[in-house]
Amino acid sequence: MKEPTARIYLLTGVALLTLLGLTIAAAYMNLGPFNPAVAMLIALAKGSLIALFFMHLRYSKPLMWIFAGAGVFWLGIMLVLALSDYLTRGWR
Amino acid sequence: MPEAATISPVAHQFEDATQQRHAATMGMWVFLATEVLFFGGMFLGYTAYRVYYSQAFAEASRHTLVVFGSVNTAVLLISSTIMVFAVKAAKANRRGLLGLLLLATASLGAVFLVIKGVEYTREIHEGLLPGPHFHIDAANPHHAQMFFYLYWLMTGVHALHVGVGVILIGFFALRAWFTNAFENHDTPVDLLGLYWHFVDIVWVFLFPLIYLVDRHS
Repeated sequence: MKEPTARIYLLTGVALLTLLGLTIAAAYMNLGPFNPAVAMLIALAKGSLIALFFMHLRYSKPLMWIFAGAGVFWLGIMLVLALSDYLTRGWR
Repeated sequence: MPEAATISPVAHQFEDATQQRHAATMGMWVFLATEVLFFGGMFLGYTAYRVYYSQAFAEASRHTLVVFGSVNTAVLLISSTIMVFAVKAAKANRRGLLGLLLLATASLGAVFLVIKGVEYTREIHEGLLPGPHFHIDAANPHHAQMFFYLYWLMTGVHALHVGVGVILIGFFALRAWFTNAFENHDTPVDLLGLYWHFVDIVWVFLFPLIYLVDRHS
């Protein structure tokens, strides 16, 4: 397994703190319906950076990707199936 | 010393140390997948209620203490950044440095809990703890109470995970300094790092959902 350099770790840390600043700034701007989307996209970006670099996924074997992906995949099934009901109750 | 005899032995079911390491890492990812689903149920509940009670969630979120939340996010992100250097130190067999970096990580975790505790205390005084004494200035206090129920549940379970992490990382710092448990054997530190980063990721998603629902109006 290739080892990320200290430089990559530091850059990832700086990127994470920058994204934190960005998400706070975006929350105070009126982006209409895009506010939640922007907040979630930035959170996804931060989560991906942590998983790829801090948790070494980028440098790991496909087997680890399968197991890491499995959690996200089943989470996706739960969210999509449940919300396809909750979000489409037009009679409420 | 009992550890001396158990330094990175390859258990008989594994071909070599590399395979043993991959099996351990894989096991940790399986555990983290169960954690994803554990937290996922709460995120699902949050999303459903936020869609139904969007007005109340916007009002209630404005009552949360955004400065505390923002500082705490930075604290966790920095602690995760230090943790990766601890794992690096473990790989390089630098035990003194490893102990120091683990202690720094655990300390930041403790700082997170202290800040969260101060925040909780202020919220209890303001009447934002769901229950008979719940009080909030909102168009629909019942709907706003649902937000705060989810807030206490999700941040509470997350704080529990931070607490477990602080204890384990502090314990690992002591082991790094006073035993040779991690001599040529960095897998446990690596796995603890995975746990700590996972706890960080959960907070990264909690932060905007709790503190930043509707700050611009």
